Amino acid sequence: MSGTATREAYGEALVEAGRKNPNVVVLDADLSASTKTALFAREFPERFFNMGIAEANMISVAAGLAAAGKIPFASTFAVFALGRVYDQVRLSVAYPKLGVKIAASHAGITVGEDGASHQALEDLALARVLPNLTVIVPADAAETRSAVEAAVAHPGPVYLRLGRIAVPDIYPAGHTYRIGRVDIIKEGRDVALVGCGVMVDACLQAAVTLAAEGIMALVVNASTIKPLDTETLLTVAARTGAVVTAEEHSIIGGLGGAVAELLSGELPVPVVRVGVDDRFGQSGKPAELLEAYGLTARAVVAAAKKAMALKRR
Amino acid sequence: MDGSSRPLTEAELALKARAVRRHILRMTAAAGSGHPGGSLSAADILTALYFRVLRLDATRPDWTERDRFVLSKGHGAPALYAVLAERGFFPVAELESLRRLGSRLQGHPDMKSTPGVEASTGSLGQGLSFAVGLALAGKLDRASWRVYALLGDGETQEGQIWEAAMAASHYRLDNLTAFLDHNGLQIDGPVDKVMSISPVEEKWRAFGWRVLSIDGHDLGAILRATSAAGKSSVDVAEKSEDRGRPTMIIARTIKGRGVSFMENRAEWHGKAPNAEQLEAALKELGSEGGGEGAWR
Repeated sequence: MSGTATREAYGEALVEAGRKNPNVVVLDADLSASTKTALFAREFPERFFNMGIAEANMISVAAGLAAAGKIPFASTFAVFALGRVYDQVRLSVAYPKLGVKIAASHAGITVGEDGASHQALEDLALARVLPNLTVIVPADAAETRSAVEAAVAHPGPVYLRLGRIAVPDIYPAGHTYRIGRVDIIKEGRDVALVGCGVMVDACLQAAVTLAAEGIMALVVNASTIKPLDTETLLTVAARTGAVVTAEEHSIIGGLGGAVAELLSGELPVPVVRVGVDDRFGQSGKPAELLEAYGLTARAVVAAAKKAMALKRR
Repeated sequence: MDGSSRPLTEAELALKARAVRRHILRMTAAAGSGHPGGSLSAADILTALYFRVLRLDATRPDWTERDRFVLSKGHGAPALYAVLAERGFFPVAELESLRRLGSRLQGHPDMKSTPGVEASTGSLGQGLSFAVGLALAGKLDRASWRVYALLGDGETQEGQIWEAAMAASHYRLDNLTAFLDHNGLQIDGPVDKVMSISPVEEKWRAFGWRVLSIDGHDLGAILRATSAAGKSSVDVAEKSEDRGRPTMIIARTIKGRGVSFMENRAEWHGKAPNAEQLEAALKELGSEGGGEGAWR
């Protein structure tokens, strides 16, 4: 894939945020070269705190900084940013609604060769169940830049999920992301493809394949997982009567879970979830892993047909 | 201290500590649950801090120039609520609502609901890190306010405490003073038997802290130690090895202090006194010191 990794855009956007707002501070846990916070550290060394390999301390320190009026971004890999420090995020950050921005890079299976120990496939489920926490999965570089600005402006805690590999541009430079709004990026009437992160591009590709067969798919970029844009999602569900969700995450508890929970109670239509089945990942090249774990445009096409078949019953 | 209350003399502090102890017993008895043992062991430290040491304004709990206190051992909430009420952050009469549905006085400290509470705690091991974050912010702003924290001794079995200890000395947080409420008991029994934390002083010193050891029920000693801790900043430290160091005040305390049948008894960690026990405990403490009017 060509394009820019969301973690790269994040690192650049942090520097911008630091220039605009003197209260922005950044913490990292010995991964600043990989998370790209090193860019911020170079320009604002006095506002950068390397906390060493001690993530629990990093999260609670960030909470203290937020309580004293700072806007802390705490960065590490997604496997360490939530699962490892869940109690710290729960009590020090989410419960008191402190404005800590947890920037979790290297999320999902596309971490690649490092294998299952480093592939967070459960973080959205963990994040989504915590009250007060806003959960964002930008789809590309432009959306990431805007999401960083939105996170700075948002008073509460944020979980920002970022990827390791380069992803295609969905949006032009200067795109504006708004917390709590999902974005219809292609109109359609037969089925709604609701994706996030790397799967937004897979949904767009699937829509092209489906169009060749006369199926008009609507595509949604659901970059805010929480709070969920219930209004737009109910509208597209009503318009199409069949929904597919697609995410680089377990099929349990993430975007698919959120959409299914909403629709089952408000507007029951078929929801077919594309994601990683209930299992851990493994080592491999990112593209090979996406294929092996069924995170492809082809899988989205098959899911769309299944959802439409269920609709016709 | 602000103008809203005059600094207390040591004799007055002792009476205040007695009133705080009476509140702790009445609150937990009224709630039917809570943690009297570790609240009583911390009562003198908290009384000294809130009535002589901390720069506060009860009418402005969010005053940016205030000193910050983090109760890392969150189960000591009754002691914190008692000093906050006596200090005027909320009415003393509200203490009886501890742990009730809809109360501002949650079972463990909630910074969002209680005026004067600086951190939400209750899951042990996080408060010192939170205090480190506050102290870092103070350093960034070149602020004159200081940060204080109170840790339980059993709490230091949590690994995160030592992550925070490392970070505090690494970032030279001489604006941070922590107390260890070293009462030697935790829920399952003596700390030494459950999981020894010895040698305590050497550990903190090895992590780069300046260590002072005191009797945690000697109000004068508490005041002298906090005063010495305030002089560890780069500008005023008398001894070069103290410069830029955070201070740990290891306070030897007695769990259940002040009530003979509670003292040094692990079972009073998380059990409230019944009506007869409350009466006996209050009689033993004596009523001089006031603070009783609010209780029916």
